[in-house]
Amino acid sequence: MSENYRNNFLKEVEERVEEGHWVKMCMQCGVCAGSCPLGAHWAHPPQELFMMIRAGKREEVLTSDSMWMCTSCYNCVVRCPRKLPITHIMHGLANLAYRLGLSPKNQTTQKFASMFWNNLAQTGRVNELKLSLGMYFKDGFGQGIKNAMAMQSVGLGMVKAKRLNPMELFGGHGIKDKSGFHAMLKKAREIEDRRKNFA
Amino acid sequence: MADMKVAAYICQGCGLGERLDTAALASVAKKEGKAALIKEHEFLCNADGIKMIRDDIANEAVTHVMIGACSRRAKTEAFGFTDVCVSRANLREGVIWSQPETEEARETTQEMAEDYIRMGCAEVKKMTLPEGDPAAVTERTLLVVGGGVSGMTAALEASKAGYKVVLVEKSGALGGWAAKLHKRTPGKSPYKDPQNTPVAEMAAAIEADANIKVYLNASTSKTSGAPGRFEIEISTESGSTTIEKVGAIVQATGFELYDANKLPELGYGKSANVVDQAGLEALAKAANGSPIKRPSDGGEVKTVVFVQCAGQRDDSGKHLPYCSGSCCLTSVKQAMYFKEANPDIDTVVIYTDLRMPGNGEDFYRSGQEKGVIFTKGKVSGVEAAGNQCKVSFQDLILNDQVAIDNADLVVLATGQVPNSGVDIDTKLKAEIAAAAGDNSLMEAYTASQQEGAVQPISMLNLTYRQGPDVPQLKYGFTDSHFICFPYETRRTGIYSAGPVRRPMDMVQAMEDATGAAMKAIQAIENAGLGRAAHPRSGDLSFPKVRLEGCTQCKRCTVECPFGAIDEDEKRFPLFNQARCRRCGTCMGACPVRVISFENYSIDTVGSQLKAVDVPDEFSEKPRILILACENDAYPALDMAAMNRNVYSAFVRVIPVRCLGSVNTIWINDALSSGYDGVMMMGCKHGDDYQCHFVKGSELANIRMSKIGDTLKNMSLEEERVSTFEVAITDIERVPQLINDYAALIQKIGMSPMKGF
Amino acid sequence: MAKKTYSFYPGCSSQTKASSDNYLKSTNSMCKYLDIELKEIPDWNCCGASIGYAEGGELPRIALSARNMALSEQHNPGMDLVATCAACWLSTREAKERIAHSSQTLSEANTALAEAGLSYKGNQAARHMAEVLVEDFGFDELKRGVKKPLQGIKFAGYVGCQTNRPFGLAGESFENPKYLDNLVEAMGGEAVPYDQKVTCCGGALAFSEPEKSQKQIKDIIESAYDHGAEMIVTPCPLCQANVEIYQGEVNKRFGTKFNIPVTYYSQLITVAYGGTAAEAALDGQLIRATRLEDIAKK
Repeated sequence: MSENYRNNFLKEVEERVEEGHWVKMCMQCGVCAGSCPLGAHWAHPPQELFMMIRAGKREEVLTSDSMWMCTSCYNCVVRCPRKLPITHIMHGLANLAYRLGLSPKNQTTQKFASMFWNNLAQTGRVNELKLSLGMYFKDGFGQGIKNAMAMQSVGLGMVKAKRLNPMELFGGHGIKDKSGFHAMLKKAREIEDRRKNFA
Repeated sequence: MADMKVAAYICQGCGLGERLDTAALASVAKKEGKAALIKEHEFLCNADGIKMIRDDIANEAVTHVMIGACSRRAKTEAFGFTDVCVSRANLREGVIWSQPETEEARETTQEMAEDYIRMGCAEVKKMTLPEGDPAAVTERTLLVVGGGVSGMTAALEASKAGYKVVLVEKSGALGGWAAKLHKRTPGKSPYKDPQNTPVAEMAAAIEADANIKVYLNASTSKTSGAPGRFEIEISTESGSTTIEKVGAIVQATGFELYDANKLPELGYGKSANVVDQAGLEALAKAANGSPIKRPSDGGEVKTVVFVQCAGQRDDSGKHLPYCSGSCCLTSVKQAMYFKEANPDIDTVVIYTDLRMPGNGEDFYRSGQEKGVIFTKGKVSGVEAAGNQCKVSFQDLILNDQVAIDNADLVVLATGQVPNSGVDIDTKLKAEIAAAAGDNSLMEAYTASQQEGAVQPISMLNLTYRQGPDVPQLKYGFTDSHFICFPYETRRTGIYSAGPVRRPMDMVQAMEDATGAAMKAIQAIENAGLGRAAHPRSGDLSFPKVRLEGCTQCKRCTVECPFGAIDEDEKRFPLFNQARCRRCGTCMGACPVRVISFENYSIDTVGSQLKAVDVPDEFSEKPRILILACENDAYPALDMAAMNRNVYSAFVRVIPVRCLGSVNTIWINDALSSGYDGVMMMGCKHGDDYQCHFVKGSELANIRMSKIGDTLKNMSLEEERVSTFEVAITDIERVPQLINDYAALIQKIGMSPMKGF
Repeated sequence: MAKKTYSFYPGCSSQTKASSDNYLKSTNSMCKYLDIELKEIPDWNCCGASIGYAEGGELPRIALSARNMALSEQHNPGMDLVATCAACWLSTREAKERIAHSSQTLSEANTALAEAGLSYKGNQAARHMAEVLVEDFGFDELKRGVKKPLQGIKFAGYVGCQTNRPFGLAGESFENPKYLDNLVEAMGGEAVPYDQKVTCCGGALAFSEPEKSQKQIKDIIESAYDHGAEMIVTPCPLCQANVEIYQGEVNKRFGTKFNIPVTYYSQLITVAYGGTAAEAALDGQLIRATRLEDIAKK
């Protein structure tokens, strides 16, 4: 109990979460919750997450799947009377939870987000086919076939409309300077990990 | 005074010429109105029309002017002749704009117009020109009671405006509440940090100001007189008394903090580490910038909890029911004391709603930036455990019962209780409560009257018949309307400022004091000219009383909302005209009708309603008299007409200064003259009243509730006299009220009193 | 008007045979008519979109955009950087502002860029193609090129999220931006008012939370239909894809019978300027925009 309503977790958030220094500025009006397209699906809407941070509820916040509901529509950001960059704070909290291994198991958006990054980090550009297939097969091979079959007509339509290339599976688009690109990302991550105290 | 000569002018502009037979109106003015001079004009308010009237006044010795044109609320400058009596027949808003423009309606429209001409002529003949008060005097000095920031501001502002000031302070030094503060909440941009209080600076400015005379350790032991000529007896602790003559008074007597001893559940009195906001200021002052120590043992403070609304906004009836509007700012400021000394100290403000008036939002944001934690919650208890306290509360965002169990200091934000002095309405309020079946107030009142009971200390010691202090509005605050008439008390020439008027912070108190000083200066100047103050600003008329007819019933002295009437040695009413607001409530109250104004009297209204041509029982043309308050109902009727909201052609409207001025004789006269109904339209009364004269519409309502007997004696239905609350915004509703009432009269039938 | 040249950032989805292949094709046609030259940033990379956060974190994401901007500064000096994709534009502009507001971020980004032999200066504006049209041309100027007005077609201008928030176009409101409607009307079409103009389509969560996203998509299409729209037009590739591709899924889930074409403003402009169906890449529609095809054929 003694950590309740103390600044410890808030300080951690300020140090380790993107735009985390804004959390203390929330005035609990709830406009963000009311503006979120997926608002009904958040166990804790942003303003509540902010209060939980201020109340020191580290575990509850970081294990929550709420921030994974963010569609990055920025509606909360433009409406927040205190101009909090809520979308980024949600991304930042999600990132912290993920990095600490606390995010809920099998959180689909979290999986997709990692897949997306890994996909682009490989060649410098997104391979949409691999990304989609990866998403279908994230729950195993059998489920993947089912998912892919369900979306088959869409896929074929896309191929027909020349907006999906089956050959992408074997290579596809990419940048030329892959080594420079990889080195850059590695360095950026190194700096960030040092600053945010990630091992 | 020269012989009366009445001239009637009938305008043909704004469509009047097309909609009405103005020649017929002129003939009514001549034959029935007995006007000596009658002129029609195609555009009466233009330069030519005004010149015509001016010439007649100059060359034809016209003394009384009846203008048949637009509403008396329109063209007030053009028709504002001050050297003759003027009445207005409202043909535009009152007739052609409120009646349908159809062939069928032509007859009733014309009848309406003719009646208004009759009424205008009848009224003007009963008017005389207000003489003003030849004895009007004024003393260009203000008395300021209270030497806190509000009082000091009022004194300095009045002095800057060129007036002398007498400042009375009960303690031995200027500064009041502010002198007890370590720092104040910011009053200047960027509103980020606590600032030094202005006390030293202001006190020095007052010391250096030759216009301001200060009495310390002093009180106003006696206040008599009226605006322009108050006489103040100032008693000092040493026992000496002095008399000062002043023209107006600003009461800035401030507040006390609500007594935290009444909050044992929040730990006050049980641990030295639970303090109120004054207690924390004392600790901060003592620390003077170094870290504040824990009171119980001088230990280091690591966690401070601020409990907002302690004993405030309470709905249990035990504590203050209201919000003091300043304690949230104070708590943010006090949390900053800690953050400035050491940012690692945890400061938690537990609030239900943060209320940050003025630029307080910036200050709140600054508090957040400095790391003060704000938690929406309701504190259920504070328990002391050794040198720490456990603060239990419901977190209202997370919906969780939680506790902070290691608070080194707990600060209770207890709120402001005004130093209003004696509640002169205690007995009245007790009587009202007793009538409603609640005897508790009456018991308290009776106990307070026992010998030896502690009496509240009066702030002003007024010698007024109605009591020694100004009436209180709500929760003991000294005001007459928080929104409409700031600073105005119900005692003319006495203005309240600062937290005694309503709860507020220092920024607001300084604005308040400036406003009150300006109002007081107005009162001084008006008194010198014998003119009324708000809301009939500039009115020169005042009540004239025929004492030989007075029965000493005292209703005027009791009912005057402004305490303007005392009693002389022979127990006759003694009118203090400078205290009068000219509402006419005394005139409405007087059962023997000996009180009137030169231009507004029992006769000016009585003769108007009698001048109306009442058709006989078989005409199917009822007549309904409307007595409409000139502040709200009458403008609402005018605006309804501007929007062409049509109403019944059977009504005849007479504006009155206030429903409080309505004397029951008018109702009797109307009913016996054969009117089928009387509608009285006044402002909202009760707790959220909107009456410009505070009590007028309420008194009228009480009087009219007793009129049932009269109606019974006349064998008339109760509905024939009805009162309505009308707001100035009721422009859709007021025609509907009229039409509904006309339909009701149609239903109950024509009055049997016609033709007697 | 003189030829205008911009440093162009097409983005992943606009590559050949990627999901907004038709956006790129029609943009190229539109630019030909407007005498705009788009100089592609050599070797540009993915912006990271707004879904890369879990793995990517903060600085790596900024580095992605910084690399594109550094390449643009180096190879296309003196030009504004222009993106057609909402996410590309948003990420780029956001990175630019973050760097501008923090010298620490600037030095960190440059340390990372140095690994790829690049450095960022911040001397180019990061703009969206819609800004180019509205600000550098203006509706009157755009109207001048119309040869085949899109008469009689009712469009629901679907602005969506990231072209609109948090930056949007200067002078537009976040709740009811007008530029897309104005653009439709400049092309001779009719812009119907409807209440889901800036509603989120679910964005990347269309993949991960299909049920929740498809509810969003359903609301958007339903409102467009209810207000009489025959076609939806949008500036965003993800809006386009989500609202078009998932109509079948939405119909299955909600029992609706939606079949509304979802096009890009660049397709409208190309057709109105007299371009062929192929130039407007109308063959790239899953739900054919037959009314546009008819006009293009005339």
